[in-house]
Amino acid sequence: MSALLNRLAPLYAAFIYAFIYLPVGVLVLFSFQGGRFPILPFNGPSLKWYREVLADEDLVEAMINSLFVAVGSSAVAVILGFLAAYGLARYLLPARGLQRALLTAPLTVSYLVIGLGLLMLFNQLGVPRSLLTIGIGHVVLNAPLCFAILYSQMGDHQANAERAARDLGAGEWQLLCLVSVPMLAPSILASYLLSMTFSWDEFIVAFLLSRFDVTLPVEIFSMLRSGLNPKTNAAGSLVFLLTLGAVILAELFIFRRATRRGRA
Amino acid sequence: MTARIGIESVSHRFGTFAALEHIDLSIEAGRFAVLLGPSGCGKTTLLSILGGFLVPSEGRVTLDGVDVTRQQPAKRATTTMFQDYALFPHMTLADNIGFGPRMRGADRMERHRRADEMLTLVGLEGMQSRKPHELSGGQRQRVALARALAVEPDVLLLDEPLGALDLNLRRQMQDELKAIQRRVGTTFVHVTHDQEEAMAIADEIVVMNAGKVEHAGSPESIYLAPKTLFAAGFMGEANTVFATVVGRDADTLQIDSPLGALSLPMSAATGGAVSAGQRVGLCFRPEHVSVNVSLPANSLPLRTRLADHAFFGTHHRARLVCDDTLEFIAHLPQEATPVSGETINVGILRSAIVVLPVPA
Repeated sequence: MSALLNRLAPLYAAFIYAFIYLPVGVLVLFSFQGGRFPILPFNGPSLKWYREVLADEDLVEAMINSLFVAVGSSAVAVILGFLAAYGLARYLLPARGLQRALLTAPLTVSYLVIGLGLLMLFNQLGVPRSLLTIGIGHVVLNAPLCFAILYSQMGDHQANAERAARDLGAGEWQLLCLVSVPMLAPSILASYLLSMTFSWDEFIVAFLLSRFDVTLPVEIFSMLRSGLNPKTNAAGSLVFLLTLGAVILAELFIFRRATRRGRA
Repeated sequence: MTARIGIESVSHRFGTFAALEHIDLSIEAGRFAVLLGPSGCGKTTLLSILGGFLVPSEGRVTLDGVDVTRQQPAKRATTTMFQDYALFPHMTLADNIGFGPRMRGADRMERHRRADEMLTLVGLEGMQSRKPHELSGGQRQRVALARALAVEPDVLLLDEPLGALDLNLRRQMQDELKAIQRRVGTTFVHVTHDQEEAMAIADEIVVMNAGKVEHAGSPESIYLAPKTLFAAGFMGEANTVFATVVGRDADTLQIDSPLGALSLPMSAATGGAVSAGQRVGLCFRPEHVSVNVSLPANSLPLRTRLADHAFFGTHHRARLVCDDTLEFIAHLPQEATPVSGETINVGILRSAIVVLPVPA
């Protein structure tokens, strides 16, 4: 019986992985399609749709917009998240537990709700929708994530090193620049890359808060309205490639830190 | 550099818990002092107050007579060597050690020169460019010491720094700490709960219990003439027999005890004068019980039964019972061949007995 289960286990695992990765695999596969439709039979491989994507000015502009929003909003999100985590971990603040909960709670709120809320707020304030509003939206989404990651890394080990630095004569800025931030650098970089990937392929908030300048997911969505074609596959594959790269980098930093901790 | 430490009626409360009560203490410049006591006795709190990490609820801390009670750790002429070393993991050893000088405006050359000098002092020459995670526990310990000494503090505070090391390494580090302290001449204040460690390194030991100083003095004075029953029991092994003072005159105490009626010199009351009618503890060390065939003069003879025993290398540690009510520990000579249940005639060295008041 257990021998049978042992033999079935890899099969089960293969099934699960297929379930998760088949859609992405199909998308990437048909981005190399030779014909006009992303359906069987596959008659590639061909790079012509990638050429089309890169020749499409709107798409390329959307890609640059996306990169711009991702880089900028993630930087702001990491700085805000770090400062919140540092303040909460190092100083005795009133209603500490509640403040922590309030800072992480947005992680559980639907993007649609956050997007709609921001849309109404910007309308009330008369702020025109633009890349800036999308960026603000992405800061709202990602700052809680950065906070949660960085707060979890500010343990006793870090607190003791900071205490030692103060004892040796470090002022607040020296402490921050020479000890706190460098010690957390892997986590800071990891949370930056993670929030970049979330911003890079975020659709709902970007859709609600954009007008003339759009980000890549919004542009792809409008392409889809004219029907499926391998060009959207190629654009989607590029999105996926960049996300994957960032996630792998983030993993590397977190992983490197974990092994160093293990030895320390 | 070095400084005299003054602690003047320092009290500290955490909420309603009194962690320290009216501590008065003075540690001379250049001494190696050890704060010794069980966990929760307030020794670490006192160290934090000396380092400036806590401001005491009451009282003053002075360095060479200057009040530093409210001075920040960064400004104070003390540095602390922390229990978990608290090295900066992202910096090389040279940068770790150079951190304090850097905060004081030393340039790169000066910092590296200082780091080399300090690494040599702690026996890690040539390891400037290593990172802390490449070191063993004992080596990290040395780096922490080097980093704390690199700023030439007047006072170095050591918070149970040897707790995490295994026994052999701890012994070795104790010797090195003492040697380094002699060389740099800085006043060291070291916290531990290990009385052997205290004896191994201290010029002066401060025995603490429940937020109070029980006895501060040289290891010899605390061991041979303790001021309290707690100090007697915490510094090495002590036998305590409870008794009552029945009378006193100019230079002797008459005591009624389970050991019989005793007349002891007034100097046996090392914890301060005792009065007639007072409950006292008579303390004597296991090595002050002799079992020689011819008992030395001035010893108190007793007929005892050997309850059990164990061999400790330098001696046999034996539990002796007298009249089924009185029990105490004696050290029998290495060459003895004790047998459980046998009857032994012993003598307690009368001059070694101290008379200490029983706390109310």
